[in-house]
Amino acid sequence: MIKLENVKKSFRKTKVLKGIDLVVDKGDRIALVGSNGAGKTTMIRCILGEYTYQGLVLFDEMVPRENRTEVLKRIGFVPQLSPPLKMTVGRLVNFVSTICECPKKPIIEIIEQLGLEYSEFGKRQFVKLSGGEKQKVLIGLALGRPVDLLVMDEPTANLDPRARQVFFKLLAERIENMSMIISSHRLDEVSSLVNRVIEMDRGKIILNDHVEDTSDISTILDCTVKLHQPNDAFAGAIKEWQFTSDNIGQIWNGKVAGPDRLRFLGMLSRYSGLLAGLDMKE
Amino acid sequence: MKQLYQMAMADIGETLRAKWFFVYALVFGGVMVGLFVSGLTESRVMGFTGLSRLLVTYLQITMAILPIFMLITTVRSVVGDREAGIFEYILAMPVSISAWYWGKLVGRFVVIYLPVIGAMMLGVVYGMIKGVEVPWMDIVFYSGLLAALAWCFLGIGMLISTIAKSTDVAQGAAFMTWLLLLLFLDLILLGALIKEGLPAETAIAISLANPMQVFRTASMMLFDPHLVLLGPSAYLILDNFGHTGYLLWAMLYPIALGFGFSGLGFWLFKRGDYS
Repeated sequence: MIKLENVKKSFRKTKVLKGIDLVVDKGDRIALVGSNGAGKTTMIRCILGEYTYQGLVLFDEMVPRENRTEVLKRIGFVPQLSPPLKMTVGRLVNFVSTICECPKKPIIEIIEQLGLEYSEFGKRQFVKLSGGEKQKVLIGLALGRPVDLLVMDEPTANLDPRARQVFFKLLAERIENMSMIISSHRLDEVSSLVNRVIEMDRGKIILNDHVEDTSDISTILDCTVKLHQPNDAFAGAIKEWQFTSDNIGQIWNGKVAGPDRLRFLGMLSRYSGLLAGLDMKE
Repeated sequence: MKQLYQMAMADIGETLRAKWFFVYALVFGGVMVGLFVSGLTESRVMGFTGLSRLLVTYLQITMAILPIFMLITTVRSVVGDREAGIFEYILAMPVSISAWYWGKLVGRFVVIYLPVIGAMMLGVVYGMIKGVEVPWMDIVFYSGLLAALAWCFLGIGMLISTIAKSTDVAQGAAFMTWLLLLLFLDLILLGALIKEGLPAETAIAISLANPMQVFRTASMMLFDPHLVLLGPSAYLILDNFGHTGYLLWAMLYPIALGFGFSGLGFWLFKRGDYS
């Protein structure tokens, strides 16, 4: 689907990409990881045809810069930083739907599934939404289109656990039909969503490996956490995962998305001394 | 065309919600209201009175503020959009670069031109209420001249935006461009050029190449057909262009310059990094 051959990119004298070779096949779900300045965003922008470069970038045998509309019609993009657009969410949905020649309904449905009431949010200015709300709208705009490739830069960074569950479910529904490139600083954030890992460092690919994970990314785990005694700090942390407790705050129940289990266990590990029991069932 | 229309409408929508646009519209509306309040329609200066007098003054003020407003706001918003990541997102959509660029240009022209012409129409309505004679032909020419001036500086603004990599650099370049044109507008500078032995024809050619001077002379010509106020250089202009010829030049030349600069900006933008 995507082929990069000896792709080099420099900004003045700084070499940001130093000869990238990469093939992305249909069905690949790639975690693109690496520290700041590794070249992840630059590589994504080369694939999107936003940058000039040396070498070759092909999307189904088409050069993105030369075949912008044909290529970009098939790519959904979620940026890390939300653009400060002053238009309303409704106007933005109309705009994307017209430009991409796709119906509005699926976009609105996804925005609503992610927890935003469109009848209310459609009238609000995009720039005035919170970080998480903007992220939900951008995800809706990318997933609501009939695309073959999803390119997402830290897509879950601002999402609450409930929205993450929905997001993982939406991705699971699309796994068969589309490829994904998910850029992230941390592998554990996205590891359960992907079947390939590409790590970049200082403009080069230093790891290109496949990931074996038998779990379904749409899995939801029913969880019960028991504490030796109630604790306010723990209560604050677990409420962010939308857990509810018995009256005294000693037993907490809730649901965790399968791909989020590592993050959830990471949160619990901070309170390991308080834990009296943990139960997680699919 | 559909994409171009969408991009233009998106830019219009974004601009109408921007704070600078309110300041901009307020300035032109304020200028016109200020002229009403000062009782300019009742005054008689150098033989001009009524609405003609008001419009001439409005045009002179517009000539001073429209270009710098146009340049600063265009470069600020275009380069600012790039820095804020709007380009990264919008240009990841299946929109052609030409539709995006020219749509942005058209949208910006509409929002920049409307307050200027709107304020002028406010003056016309005020004049009609006051019962003074409305110089319709002059108003048509003034509207055309303002459109030509606006388009010209929009083109320059878009070119600067394409080249400059940061808002600070873009604003600096925009201000320097305006200052340069303003200096060549100054007859003292032209006088100095003549004093240094520059042929008068060359000095006048320089002023004729300056879109701000072209606008100034043409607007002058509408109420002073023989350009008495301009002095001897009027002979050269009228001998070479004629009255109608010069008015045509004053409209077509800035428009051509605007297309030239924006076209160059488009060419450069298309060759470089978009975001």
